[in-house]
Amino acid sequence: MHRVLTVSKQDNPQAAAMIKPQLPEPFSQWFVQKGWAPRPHQLELLHEAQSGQSILLIAPTGAGKTLAGFLPSLTAISQNQARCERKPGSAKQGIHTLYISPLKALAVDIERNLGLPVREMNLSVNIETRTGDTPTHKRQRQKLNPPDILLTTPEQLSLLIAAKDAERFFEDLDYVIFDELHSLVTSKRGQLLCLALARLRRFRPQLQTIGLSATVAQPDELRQWLVGQGPYGEVKLSRLIKVEGGARPQITILKTREHVPWSGHSARYAMGDVYQAIKQHQTTLLFVNTRSQAELLFKELWKANEDNLPIALHHGSLDVSQRRKVEQAMANNALAAIVATSTLDLGIDWGDVDLVVHIGAPKGASRLAQRIGRSNHRMDEPSKAILVPANRFEILECQAALDANYLGHQDTPPIGKGSLDVLAQHVLGSACGAPFFEDVLYDEIVSAAPYAGLPRKQFERVLDFVATGGYALKTYEQYAKIRKTDDGSWRIANGRVAQQYRLNAGTIIEAPMLQVRLTRHRGKGGNVRGGPVLGKIEEGFLESLTAGDTFLFSGRTLRFEGIRENICYVSNANDTTAKIPSYVGGKFPLSTFLAEQVRAMLADSSTWQKLPQQVGEWLNIQKTSSILPGRDELLVETFPRDNIFYMIVYPFEGRLAHQTLGMLLTRRLERAGTKPLGFVATDYALAIWGLRDLGQLLKAGQLSLTDLFDEDMLGDDLEEWLAGSFLLKRTFRQCATIAGLIEKRHPGKEKSGRQMTVSSDLIYDVLRSHEPDHLLLQATRDDAAKGLLDIRRLGDMLKRIKTGIRHQDLERISPLAIPIMLEIGKEPIAGEAQELLLAEAAEELMNETRK
Amino acid sequence: MQPAKAETDTSCGRILFQGEQFFCDHQGGLFWPQQNCLIVSDLHLEKGAAMAAGGSLVPPYDTGETLNRLARCIERWRPEKVICLGDSFHRDDSASNLPLKYRVQLSEMIRGKDWLWITGNHDPQRPAGLQGNCQQELTIGRLTFRHEQQNTGQVDDLFAFQSGEISGHLHPSAVIHRRTKRLRRRCFAGDDQRLILPAFGAFTGGLNISHPAYAGLFDQNNLRVWMLGQNQVYELAASQLSR
Repeated sequence: MHRVLTVSKQDNPQAAAMIKPQLPEPFSQWFVQKGWAPRPHQLELLHEAQSGQSILLIAPTGAGKTLAGFLPSLTAISQNQARCERKPGSAKQGIHTLYISPLKALAVDIERNLGLPVREMNLSVNIETRTGDTPTHKRQRQKLNPPDILLTTPEQLSLLIAAKDAERFFEDLDYVIFDELHSLVTSKRGQLLCLALARLRRFRPQLQTIGLSATVAQPDELRQWLVGQGPYGEVKLSRLIKVEGGARPQITILKTREHVPWSGHSARYAMGDVYQAIKQHQTTLLFVNTRSQAELLFKELWKANEDNLPIALHHGSLDVSQRRKVEQAMANNALAAIVATSTLDLGIDWGDVDLVVHIGAPKGASRLAQRIGRSNHRMDEPSKAILVPANRFEILECQAALDANYLGHQDTPPIGKGSLDVLAQHVLGSACGAPFFEDVLYDEIVSAAPYAGLPRKQFERVLDFVATGGYALKTYEQYAKIRKTDDGSWRIANGRVAQQYRLNAGTIIEAPMLQVRLTRHRGKGGNVRGGPVLGKIEEGFLESLTAGDTFLFSGRTLRFEGIRENICYVSNANDTTAKIPSYVGGKFPLSTFLAEQVRAMLADSSTWQKLPQQVGEWLNIQKTSSILPGRDELLVETFPRDNIFYMIVYPFEGRLAHQTLGMLLTRRLERAGTKPLGFVATDYALAIWGLRDLGQLLKAGQLSLTDLFDEDMLGDDLEEWLAGSFLLKRTFRQCATIAGLIEKRHPGKEKSGRQMTVSSDLIYDVLRSHEPDHLLLQATRDDAAKGLLDIRRLGDMLKRIKTGIRHQDLERISPLAIPIMLEIGKEPIAGEAQELLLAEAAEELMNETRK
Repeated sequence: MQPAKAETDTSCGRILFQGEQFFCDHQGGLFWPQQNCLIVSDLHLEKGAAMAAGGSLVPPYDTGETLNRLARCIERWRPEKVICLGDSFHRDDSASNLPLKYRVQLSEMIRGKDWLWITGNHDPQRPAGLQGNCQQELTIGRLTFRHEQQNTGQVDDLFAFQSGEISGHLHPSAVIHRRTKRLRRRCFAGDDQRLILPAFGAFTGGLNISHPAYAGLFDQNNLRVWMLGQNQVYELAASQLSR
């Protein structure tokens, strides 16, 4: 049951009066002093909470969500005499309210924001934060002298419940508030968090949860997540309060006289126009999708910054002290512009942002909506945003987004079933905290929504995995990490198991990162010494560098000096040209919804007039030299260029699906004897090239597109490819690390004598040959199907185009193909083609030796 | 036994070393047709079990996998002699703790062959309970087989390096950069003085030959590598490699 409240331009005092006012004195007075009226949804939430309910609050930014979330706790704490008048010497009360946010910075921000009304109302409520940045002595103190409200992160919660004193620490817990819930639940992090919540519910059965969320496609999924599910599979939901309204944002596409490039993601062409926009506004937030884009944009803006405006950079790889400086300056309205990635995506309340610039195509309605919501916190005033497409295809995407009233559409991904590797980590953590009984733990786990349907047998497999690795070959009993004892409870084998767990606990793995330190350039053989820490960068990128390479980071051009013992040393480079980390496009593929819109736009030339002239021209030339596909057709073009033959396919299904399609098609083409050499995928198209004229073969009937694109490619072909693919190996590595099989990598240590590490790739190969149904391989396959390869999306596409494949055999490159042709040579070649590269190199050597 | 028809086999690499013809395969085996001898190095059997004892419950299948690969090598080359070039066992007690089925499998392979265990730093003693001879090194004509490289770059030394060494220990690997893609593979590495085999074991990785551990071992102008591909060996010159 839920009530939907509409908030109009003025807060309706009558509406407020209709709901029983529950605000005790200091609170109602405080509102009056501020000249505010409590919003209906704030009172409604308080009312529900006081009736013992758990609630999901869905509201746009600026609706006073934070205050709504904390009102129940603040009123309860201040009204609880026992808490307020603590006699000296009496036992300390435990934590009353936990607040969980996905970002460390958010927790810090909330502390600041909440502290203000608490001080103004003179409430004796202690609020503290606990994140990865909190120093050890403070953490210890929090255990001995718990605050009333603890603001923390999911990782910290996992560590807290795995401690021996967990039950006692949480014995007074009444509320858990989850902020930005929509972003917490969709990942493995959210699954682990839900399991932790289930543990808290076992400690405190009457625990209440409050979820604060932006608009999502399926609110019921979040409502389920917040409360314990029934033991027989009954679905239970929290209450729902939904706040509609808020003024529609004003979004426009950047109007420019500059020539928009064919491909690439840098939007360098637009710097002049973007800078003008910054000058015309007080504070501008510029969002990009990847860190490398952020670095580049930052650099380009400074090049254009003739008025010396304060422009800052903020992303997750920067050292924490640098980020804090930027955050502080933002809060003081001291910045003209901030270039940021998703670290600033979430509802951090800083300063008066009056313009949001989004560089690159939207890629996702919800993400765009949240980012745009950052400007103008007052719900009733429209936020202002400018989209800056980076290339011509992106113009289509941006236009499609605006036309389709994009922001009204929700494309949040479904939550999905809980992963097994996450469960394994949780089970081990459980044992580290206290001995457990199987039945009790199982009941607790299936009360968490992502694991509600978990079969008992699966749980037992996970137990087996945690204990001895879950292998069919039972040689590891003596090395078991957890054991069932005589009383039937499971316990950890020794203290070292708990130690090991704590080092890796709670974190859901990103790519392994190395710390980056600035040093002086010493030339060959110089002894590098530590200097200030600039931040962290993906190990994979750093390993590809050689001494002397330059790249952009932290707003400067740096020279790679080397890696010693896990630390990357860099020096300041003076020249301005830098080899920037190459990220393949953005991180996020084109959404299905947008893809449809773009295809529809291409198919209907009457829509082209609202597009910039350069784009309209481009499409018209395509129309004359080739064709534009119909909305549900698949265009395939073939043409030769420099003695190589190309096949370009335009599915518009996003880079991930195209990558998968590329691998499968290449295999089929190879089997057909057409000798493909490689392929490249973008969000819009797929290009395959080789030594044989595919166009000819198609025309002569020796190759059939219908056969080539038959849905059965998702059967055995996919299985076989999946089994050996490097994408799957990478997924396996993540699963194995999360499940605790592999420690977080320490590459420096591998070189030392003992040789006690194995690369996850080798483990994967061996496991695949000897025990293909192992738990971790199952978890890997689940992950791959779910996200990494967009297989379902590919399947839907293959169904869709069944009857409508249009082949154009051309004598030269088509206009529509230009963008992807430019990507060839820029982007890395995937998977099996690695063997071909080795062969090429060897061939070169042979030819040299023959000369 | 019939020697393999290596002459017509295009998937293996060819190494001419100290006037002797060798073939190398994508699994890491080195075959010397003139002596009908197969050489493999750094099997590191029971590494998985050793890691499990240390708290890392990696799959216990590495020994089985390594032995299967060795069996395929033997099947392919049909050698009369086999030399295991050291670190055949990950710990010095690994051989005695070898699970029965692997002991049986290995004993079958050894039977009827002239089998030599060269000692390594991980397994300095003869492997318990297994047939075969055991030595620190072996010299045949101009060639000397040992586990660890001897004496690098020291001039005028009593034990100065003599050319013709075939060894293991360092687990060589190499990297090439092509079309913005970085590929790393285990490899054989050799100039005209010494040859180093890749590690054969299923759980062994590789150490890039640009690493300081290789300093002074090779003449960079003559250094070649034979990189192990999926089914094939690729010969490259040091000049084609990246760090």
